[in-house]
Amino acid sequence: MKKVLSKIMTPLAKAWAKVTAFYNSKIAKHVEKVKYALSHNFIIRRKGLKLILFSFIKIDITRRRREAFYGYIFILLWIIGFAIFTLYPMFYSLYLSFTEAYYSLESGVETTFIGFTNYLNVFRSQTLLPLFATYIGKMLISVPLIIVFSILIAVLINNPIKLKGFWRTIFFLPVVISTGPVIAELNNQDATSIPSLEDSTLIVFISENLGPWIASPVEAILTSMLLILWYAGIPILIFLAGLQKIDGSIYEAAAIDGASPWDRFWKITLPSISPLISVSVIYIVVSMSLFVESGGILDLARSHMLVGAPDSTFWFGYGYAATIAWVYFLLMVIIMGIFVLILSARRKERN
Amino acid sequence: MKKFDTKHFKIKARKFLFGMNFVDGFVYKFVIYTLLISFSYIYLYPVLFMTVNSFMTVDDLINPGVKWIPTALQFENYGRALQVLELPGSIVSTTSYVLKVSISVTISSAIIGYGFAKFRFPLKNLLFVLMLATFILPSQVTMVANLVIFNNLGLMSTQNAMILPAIFGQGVNAAIYILIFYQFFKTIPGVLMESAEVDGASQFRIFTRIAIPLAIPSFLIVFLFSFVWYWNETFITSLYVGGRITLPLKLQAFRSSYETLFPPGSAGSELNEAIMLAGNMLTILPLLVLYFIAQRYFVESIDRTGITGE
Repeated sequence: MKKVLSKIMTPLAKAWAKVTAFYNSKIAKHVEKVKYALSHNFIIRRKGLKLILFSFIKIDITRRRREAFYGYIFILLWIIGFAIFTLYPMFYSLYLSFTEAYYSLESGVETTFIGFTNYLNVFRSQTLLPLFATYIGKMLISVPLIIVFSILIAVLINNPIKLKGFWRTIFFLPVVISTGPVIAELNNQDATSIPSLEDSTLIVFISENLGPWIASPVEAILTSMLLILWYAGIPILIFLAGLQKIDGSIYEAAAIDGASPWDRFWKITLPSISPLISVSVIYIVVSMSLFVESGGILDLARSHMLVGAPDSTFWFGYGYAATIAWVYFLLMVIIMGIFVLILSARRKERN
Repeated sequence: MKKFDTKHFKIKARKFLFGMNFVDGFVYKFVIYTLLISFSYIYLYPVLFMTVNSFMTVDDLINPGVKWIPTALQFENYGRALQVLELPGSIVSTTSYVLKVSISVTISSAIIGYGFAKFRFPLKNLLFVLMLATFILPSQVTMVANLVIFNNLGLMSTQNAMILPAIFGQGVNAAIYILIFYQFFKTIPGVLMESAEVDGASQFRIFTRIAIPLAIPSFLIVFLFSFVWYWNETFITSLYVGGRITLPLKLQAFRSSYETLFPPGSAGSELNEAIMLAGNMLTILPLLVLYFIAQRYFVESIDRTGITGE
């Protein structure tokens, strides 16, 4: 054993010796130089507790300033990334949405300013408008559904039951395994509606008797009910964490005063987790909206972007894709805003 | 013989069925367990469906009498799916790619979260709100311009197109990871850092020697989540990195790859649902294994984000 170890260690030690020798002979000199330059240059210099810029601007190094400096150093990565990969692309795509833009290999993006034409085209489009209507309908119906379901599950799990971890594991599982292609395949094979519901006359009745603008989202929801419930994984955990924070003695006091479980739920449980509902709503809306279905709005935007050329069916290119994405984003924010407003209005009323 | 005490029995039965003050009765428990079991059946139905049907033969698939238990286990489905998905080679490539991205996103969000949690600086609140707001910004809004940027930087169709944004704190769901680290580092008492500072440690030394060792559980949680979410991400991965780099993307192209491997017309080679589902199972299997090993960290994650308010 010792032999093996020494056999491994000797080459390592040799390599390490080489590295240190190299450092001492080559790099250390330069490090010294840099150190010297840092303390003896014209632009920035440190003298005691003063930072001297250009030999005449003197800044006191206070504790607060040093803290701010280190704070910015730590989040510098994020600031750079935010500017390059988020802020600039955001405004650039906003600009593109007012232009007709194509990508060409030689000259990069070619743009011609066309004003609001792209936006008008989105609202005139025969393929996009129904998709948007379905999207709004789906959000308005399924978000409350998920919230109710996840509160129900969280309250159930929060009871003193056996195998708490096991139940949590089950209800969190979809978060781990739900990926676009798998969901698409399940959708293909009709494995996503509640088993007894799929042959029921209810769906037929709805699609025959209601206008298509109500019927299509309702139908979409009923046939993919399970997948919608799959979004409840994280909200369940959020509510569960909230429920565990409630002091048990409140329930005891209420029980002694004669409140029924029903009353206790509405008067104690719900008010104390209601701030979490807004958080969950935001999470659900975002995660549902960002899921890309093939043939959905986002998929269409991608097609317009990638194959956009004047002679194809997707003839608007980059600008149109950017417009679709922006309209979608604004819709998403509006829906989120409506939900959060309703929730906060109710909370204020109660207070 | 003792006389049967009906009154005593009645009280006992009532206690058993409906419970006393703070002990839940049998009826209550029965209802709860029934609800839980039926909900989890509904919830897991797609997974069960997938598992069972992936073993079915073509006859079983068509036969309406066979729903849950196949008449014969058809392992050939998995053999074909393995071939089409180029397993086990592709699992190595997928894992190495996802590891690169998720490790870089974990490290960068730890640094950023520490910066937000432990230092006071001007504009901090504004920047923090902006950081949280990136969570709701769809990547589709920025994709048009990002394509151009990546093209100019020469990153298009390389893994760096995903890794670079991850390093700079703009990865998929990076806001959540930063929030997790932020909440954790806030709970470390500042006295600890101050005493290290008095002893002459630099800020970076404090971060690496004090903050990071304490934050190992948060590191694990963030790493696991980013691993899973990057594994499942297909839209921007296919857009920036391209084609069939990860297992889910290979699954997306399952039909066309199947046709090139087993050209239509040759005997017994039609693609059926069972083979598709076997491919699905194989794609989610690594994540399932990971989940069952580390499920504690997944389930604890929400407590760590601190959104319930301390």
